[in-house]
Amino acid sequence: MILVDLDALASCLTSPACLVTQTTSGLIIGMLLFLVAVGLTLIFGVLKVVNFSHGAFYMFGAYFAMTAYQLTGSFALAILSGAVGTALLGLIFERAFMSRVYGRDVLMQLLVCYAFVLIFDDVVRMIWGPEFRSMGMPAAFQVPPLFIAGGVVPPYYLLLIGVALAAAVVLGLGLARSRIGKVIRAAAHNPGMVSALGINTGLIYGGVFALGGMLAGLAGALAAPVRSLTPGMGFSVLIESFIVTVIGGMGSILGALIGALLIGLIRSFGSLGFPLFTEGLMYLFMVIVLVSRPTGLFGKEVA
Amino acid sequence: MTELQAGQGAQPLKVPRIDARPQRYRDVLIALAAFVLLALLPMVFGSKQLLDFVIRCAAYGLFATSLNLLVGYTGLISFGHGMFFGLGAYGFGLMMQKTGVPIPVAFVATLAMTFVVAVVIGAICVRLKEIYFAFVTLAFQMLVHSTILSWQSLTGGDQGLRGGIPRPPFLGIDLSNHLHLYITSCALLVIGLFLMRQIAQSPFGYTLRMIRDNATRASFIGIDVWRAKLTIFVLAALFAAAGGIIMALFVSGAYPEFAYWTISGEGIFINMLGGVTTFLGPMVGTVLLLILNDTVTRLTEYHGIVLGIVILFFAIGLRKGLMDFVVEWYGHRRGEGRG
Repeated sequence: MILVDLDALASCLTSPACLVTQTTSGLIIGMLLFLVAVGLTLIFGVLKVVNFSHGAFYMFGAYFAMTAYQLTGSFALAILSGAVGTALLGLIFERAFMSRVYGRDVLMQLLVCYAFVLIFDDVVRMIWGPEFRSMGMPAAFQVPPLFIAGGVVPPYYLLLIGVALAAAVVLGLGLARSRIGKVIRAAAHNPGMVSALGINTGLIYGGVFALGGMLAGLAGALAAPVRSLTPGMGFSVLIESFIVTVIGGMGSILGALIGALLIGLIRSFGSLGFPLFTEGLMYLFMVIVLVSRPTGLFGKEVA
Repeated sequence: MTELQAGQGAQPLKVPRIDARPQRYRDVLIALAAFVLLALLPMVFGSKQLLDFVIRCAAYGLFATSLNLLVGYTGLISFGHGMFFGLGAYGFGLMMQKTGVPIPVAFVATLAMTFVVAVVIGAICVRLKEIYFAFVTLAFQMLVHSTILSWQSLTGGDQGLRGGIPRPPFLGIDLSNHLHLYITSCALLVIGLFLMRQIAQSPFGYTLRMIRDNATRASFIGIDVWRAKLTIFVLAALFAAAGGIIMALFVSGAYPEFAYWTISGEGIFINMLGGVTTFLGPMVGTVLLLILNDTVTRLTEYHGIVLGIVILFFAIGLRKGLMDFVVEWYGHRRGEGRG
């Protein structure tokens, strides 16, 4: 029972091998968190609702990927079905339920999402059973790990970081440069004017929700080979990605990236120095950011 | 003559002073009547299950009604109110197990501890608006929960506080006796509800309603919004802790689930179910949820789906709580009768 183990932390910080290992593990936690958090922040930025059931999409992404992998044996198809399946789910969820509570009490929005957290967890329990499941590492990545400066880096981690980074770049450029991106940003700013210009805002809202769901599903699918799958796995991810968006600033993509990486590194290095209080460190960090900058590191004033 | 001087000769505005006493007498009468009715219940129906049900209603009812002081009266949607329920249960249980002080001393000491924790957490949280407030309180809830889980030497980790909570008799009350426990829980419930009612009907209570409706205007007429919010946050935490203490006495232990976020979620749901516009709405909601929970768990293992659908029915279908609905419907009928 050691609460604080600063010696372990210090000896890791001075050893390049340990630094590399901990940094990569921090990076993959951070990248997965980023994919979930950026969807959360995007949905909040455009639709002005906090998708409290966002963790469920991460969970569904993982389970979809596992099923597709077991059926087809193709890892690419598994990732694809995780992403596409959750995108469809997001679209249906938004059009059928969330679209009814826009502009209503925050309480109502939270309640509708809370209802779906309960329902989705039970649906997963019904279909895939309550026990822990695992997808297993795909054959292509069952190769010996790479050694960088003496630190162990499984090749799959590199793929994971690469895919997440690519998603970040595509998303960032797409929102900044493309026509659709401009329409989305306009809809976030003034939906009334956008719809007066003859653009179907309902479609944009559904699309953004589907995109957010897809990113969370992609994260779940990417995490499936390295994490165990259980109903309720979405909730801790939801809490962490909310911490990320609060630290980075609601509605900011860059903020989500920085926040996610910070949380990832805090988790991986914190687990050395404060083995029992790693989660507490994240909350502590969030509290410090909130007290000094209530809108987060990159957040604008939220009306 | 300047405008200022012109005002001086005028009579001061006659503001009619509303005498709050009759209403307070009425509340005292209702509280006494409710207590007598509850106390007589064991004579009519001796069933242990019914008494257990009322004790659980007392614990959750205090918790849910105190949450309504935040959600319904002040517009502070706390998603972490359950941490004070858990703190109350753990604080009281630990105090009884480790120190062996008399129960009333442990009760007051637990409330004092909750007070300190709530001031610190509240001071950080009430600066934030709506959704930020909801999630930061949720994060604190998770922090409390993960602290309880990881501090195994003190709290027993995921096993909870085991070995039972000693319940030495005091002032002729023996809480290990089921009937005594029942009467004490009812008394705590009635006293707690009465006190919260007085808070809600006081000038401070109306200040809270104003902050809910328009915080900017409230601060313009000189109300310290931050201080008012913090005050009600701390007061609500104390009542939630009292609910937790009843729960700890009832199960003779404390479990990490008492501090888990789902307790807060259920509290919000209870408020929604009963309605936030009436004082007793959360109490009605508590009874409804406990009945619903007991029935559904007996019928199916997938009670999340059933509860979820009921929540959706209230949130999207009815759009208000049951008591809101009843009050509105009653008002409507009376209005029609007159017209």
